[in-house]
Amino acid sequence: MTIYKDVLETINMLERENLDIRTTTLGISLLDCFDRDHKKASKAVYERITSLAENLVATADSVADDYGIEIVNKRISVTPIALAGADNTEDWMLYAKAMDDAAKAVGVDIIGGFSALVHKGATAAEEAFIEAVPYALAETDNMCSSINLGTTKSGINMDAVMKMGGLIKKTARLTKDNASFGCAKFVAFANAVEDNPFMAGAFHGVGEPDAVINVGVSGPGVVKTAISDMEGASLDEVAEVIKQTAFKITRAGQLIGREVSSRLDIPFGILDLSLAPTPAVGDSVAEILEVMGLQRCGAHGSTAALAMLTDAVKKGGIMASGHVGGLSGAFIPVSEDERMIRSVQEGCLTFDKLEAMTSVCSVGLDMIAIPGDTSEETISAIIADEAAIGVINNKTTAVRIIPVYGKTAGEIVDWGGLFGSAPIMEVNSFDSGRFIARGGRIPAPVHSFKN
Amino acid sequence: MKAIITVIGKDQVGIMYKVSGVLNEYNVNIEDVTQTLMQDYFTMLMLVKIDESKTKFRQLQDALEDMGAENGLSIRIQKEEIFDTMHKV
Repeated sequence: MTIYKDVLETINMLERENLDIRTTTLGISLLDCFDRDHKKASKAVYERITSLAENLVATADSVADDYGIEIVNKRISVTPIALAGADNTEDWMLYAKAMDDAAKAVGVDIIGGFSALVHKGATAAEEAFIEAVPYALAETDNMCSSINLGTTKSGINMDAVMKMGGLIKKTARLTKDNASFGCAKFVAFANAVEDNPFMAGAFHGVGEPDAVINVGVSGPGVVKTAISDMEGASLDEVAEVIKQTAFKITRAGQLIGREVSSRLDIPFGILDLSLAPTPAVGDSVAEILEVMGLQRCGAHGSTAALAMLTDAVKKGGIMASGHVGGLSGAFIPVSEDERMIRSVQEGCLTFDKLEAMTSVCSVGLDMIAIPGDTSEETISAIIADEAAIGVINNKTTAVRIIPVYGKTAGEIVDWGGLFGSAPIMEVNSFDSGRFIARGGRIPAPVHSFKN
Repeated sequence: MKAIITVIGKDQVGIMYKVSGVLNEYNVNIEDVTQTLMQDYFTMLMLVKIDESKTKFRQLQDALEDMGAENGLSIRIQKEEIFDTMHKV
């Protein structure tokens, strides 16, 4: 009767447990579009994106139809646009508009890659780019931006970290009529990866080919169900089941990804299996921790449980796909996870515990709303802490934080849709200003003597 | 193309008849059938072969789901490829 079991398990995963292909992301290289004439170059950017992505949505939808597995998002990532080398906000806006317009023209959900890599230092163009980011986020709808501030090999660029507080606060102010939503489209990274299909942090790295299809698969509900009848089982047994489940989910994603890639005649890049929650009930990463035996996500033990989950997901995924990449693991975005929101509201999950958990999750402080009057220096210091966790531990970390204009701790902000709603979390109110004002660089860490 | 159809619902007269009626209409060949009763629930798996030049997968899927909804049955059809990739190492 194994055939019954296998078939029914798959049907349940698809119908009840929200197994889906979270995103098919088309990475597009823009390197040969750039030119000193920025009007010309931004036009070339628009044309490159619209011509390569013309059939992306229709193709992804037809594959989804044929296989009966939903592909929730169709997205585009492009070469970090800061390489275009403009030196003023007006010119940078040409690129932002070109990207946003192109995304709308081909009907994708989001386009990422309004990005800069300044982990060791910023060029004059990148300095101008950082100034332009808040305006670009405020004046576009579907465009996401990210900046890489540190890597394990180069340390942390604290001059750039210092500017992030101002960038984020300005974005919050410019988009205050929309609950500072602009900040939800911006990620500050350490150790950013070049083939991440998930937003807001996706960009198409310079080491990538002309075009590539990267696929992101999710399914926290599937993992939760798989371990929900394991009451009393030891953690190695639980880890094993998570691994096997991750394997199955990844295989489904690989099948779909390869099919989209072959129909578009664009090479398949990587598969990213990341348990990414959505506000839908039953699609929660925090709930997996609860099923493991914690009363709430955020209780002591949460870091250990999340560490095991992330690792088991990676192991299962790596076995299942020839090319696993991106961020692969578990995301813990607060506003997008109903159980995590509840934990915050009940006082169980604090900012500090979240920070600890990011040292073992696959990304970082994600979709966290904080009081609108949080100082620029405090935001920069939060980013510096998170970057340090990534750089020292040789992992990707990111900060996507929203100082919601005019709101204070305890209030609720609602962005709707996939982004969900979030209680404003309290941050430490002591001052970090003099530390941040020093600027400079935190040197690259030693890779030996690890204790 | 091969696909697996699952039919789950309260046991009643004529389930096989109705399902195979739809398959006949869409020119789908049944290669294997197994069925069982699990706690009063009729559960059937069918391995079928679809001639893609004659039948659109999506239309067949809709027809089966509509017929299922009318008769209180949950009917799903998926390509066999999915089960193979997910459950075989």
